[in-house]
Amino acid sequence: MLNALAKIGGNFMNALPNTLEQGLIYALLVLGILITYTILDFPDLTVDGSFPLGGAVSTSLIVHGMNPLLALLLAGLAGGAAGLCTGLIHVKLKVRDLFSGIIMMTGLYSINLHITGGTSLLSVPRTAVTLFRNNPVADFLPRDYATLIIAFALVLVVKLLLDAFLKTRAGYLLRAVGDNDVVVTALAKDKGTVKIVGLVLANCLAALSGAVLCQQQRMFEISMGTGAMVLGLASVIIGVNLFSRVSFVRNTTAAIAGSVLYKMCVALAIACGMAASDLKLITAALFLLILCTGLIKRKGGKKHA
Amino acid sequence: MLEMLHIDKTYNPGSVREKVLFQDFSLTVGTGEFVSIVGSNGSGKTSLLNLLCGSIPVDRGQVMMDGQDITRQKEHIRSRLIGRVYQNPAMGTCASMTILENLSLAEHKGKPSNLRPGTDKKRIPYYREILRPLNLGLEDMLEARVGSLSGGQRQALALLMSTMTPISFLILDEHTAALDPKTADIIMELTDQVVREKKLTALMVTHNLRYALEYGSRIIMMHQGDIVLDKRDEMKDNTHIDDLLKIFNEISIECGN
Repeated sequence: MLNALAKIGGNFMNALPNTLEQGLIYALLVLGILITYTILDFPDLTVDGSFPLGGAVSTSLIVHGMNPLLALLLAGLAGGAAGLCTGLIHVKLKVRDLFSGIIMMTGLYSINLHITGGTSLLSVPRTAVTLFRNNPVADFLPRDYATLIIAFALVLVVKLLLDAFLKTRAGYLLRAVGDNDVVVTALAKDKGTVKIVGLVLANCLAALSGAVLCQQQRMFEISMGTGAMVLGLASVIIGVNLFSRVSFVRNTTAAIAGSVLYKMCVALAIACGMAASDLKLITAALFLLILCTGLIKRKGGKKHA
Repeated sequence: MLEMLHIDKTYNPGSVREKVLFQDFSLTVGTGEFVSIVGSNGSGKTSLLNLLCGSIPVDRGQVMMDGQDITRQKEHIRSRLIGRVYQNPAMGTCASMTILENLSLAEHKGKPSNLRPGTDKKRIPYYREILRPLNLGLEDMLEARVGSLSGGQRQALALLMSTMTPISFLILDEHTAALDPKTADIIMELTDQVVREKKLTALMVTHNLRYALEYGSRIIMMHQGDIVLDKRDEMKDNTHIDDLLKIFNEISIECGN
């Protein structure tokens, strides 16, 4: 018994650096979901497509030798474009929020395959320059922690930028539209436009997350987006609920912490002997557990489905 | 000046629940008038406000604002000159944002929503100054989330927010109905003050006949999409609650209630 526990602990600790890296990288996606779900009150399934879209764009460009930061930027722009489409479908064509996301998610699957030239698996060669390998910053940092430090720095920058944005006039409107869109109309602003801005931003972050993940794993895989929304949502709920009572912790910080905690839960399940192929099952079960424990915030009686 | 000319409005056309509300309805409200609108449930009071503000489209007819045809103008565009306070205090404010953030939002109405700071810290003394006369203690709780305020406090804030920027028209949709009598009196007094100070053209739907008679310069009673009573100035001053109740009763008998 004690031996088994020690073994689980050992497995968990061995995987810890990688768990933290993944938690931080996925945190970008989680920040995106924070915008759509918590701030905009919009269940956006587009991320299941825009997350791998970022990966596909960035991996393809890196294979062709593009600067990894530039590849990230372009991946983010591609994600933003996907969010723009979802927003236009929802606002201009008046399609229900859930369906707008599903339509985009489904379409993006094929688009992602087109970007990678038809292959569902694209690897980055060892010699290629990525954010984490073969560049001056990564070479300068201690080898074992380079990825962790770079991922942390990246998430920190994005978090601070998002915090700053939420304090601008545009950011205020974004928060207001999820809170009470009647007020936004009363302020002589088109609530549809504000929603579109939120979706663009969220999917930009999701694509960024996918792009960074592919640079860390040095490969793109077409099904990497499956369950991205559920995973992000679970992380947001864990983070926001655990830290909502601590007033000085911002929602963005809580979401990042939620992402890391979530990845730790998954790592623990794997350390207990579950196969990697059961990952999505663990994701689903974990999400169900979170929902059933009543952790989810019930907002104003509105049903999300 | 607000004009509604020959308005037709039918709800659920073509279905079994079809309800013709307005047929060739016209109403003109002059600049500076403060109109109280009374009438039983379903008489079309709130629909009138919704048609005016563009929350629902008209089937036929014209809506004019200061001589300009705004029939096809979107609601948020019309909002530039209109302030609106709803029955539900939660409708006019953002619950998860602080009082300070709500006031900043309201002050930036009509300005571009760009990347400039959402709150101008230099304006805080001014916000305190406009909150103080409410006597609700809001000036000392600028950092409090609006969701934690009482209904009366939220409604006072909503009224303040809707009239913060220069507007011409104020639309009040039973805005005291959800409040206790004392708070309702405070909000009503405040409303009157704002309308006078800013020289607004106001339309107020209310079920409170006392408010309808005591405040404003004109009273309208509606029934089944028609105006059954319309009195202004001295004529209005000579109207009493009993007169209104009498008409209400006649209507009830006519409808078989």
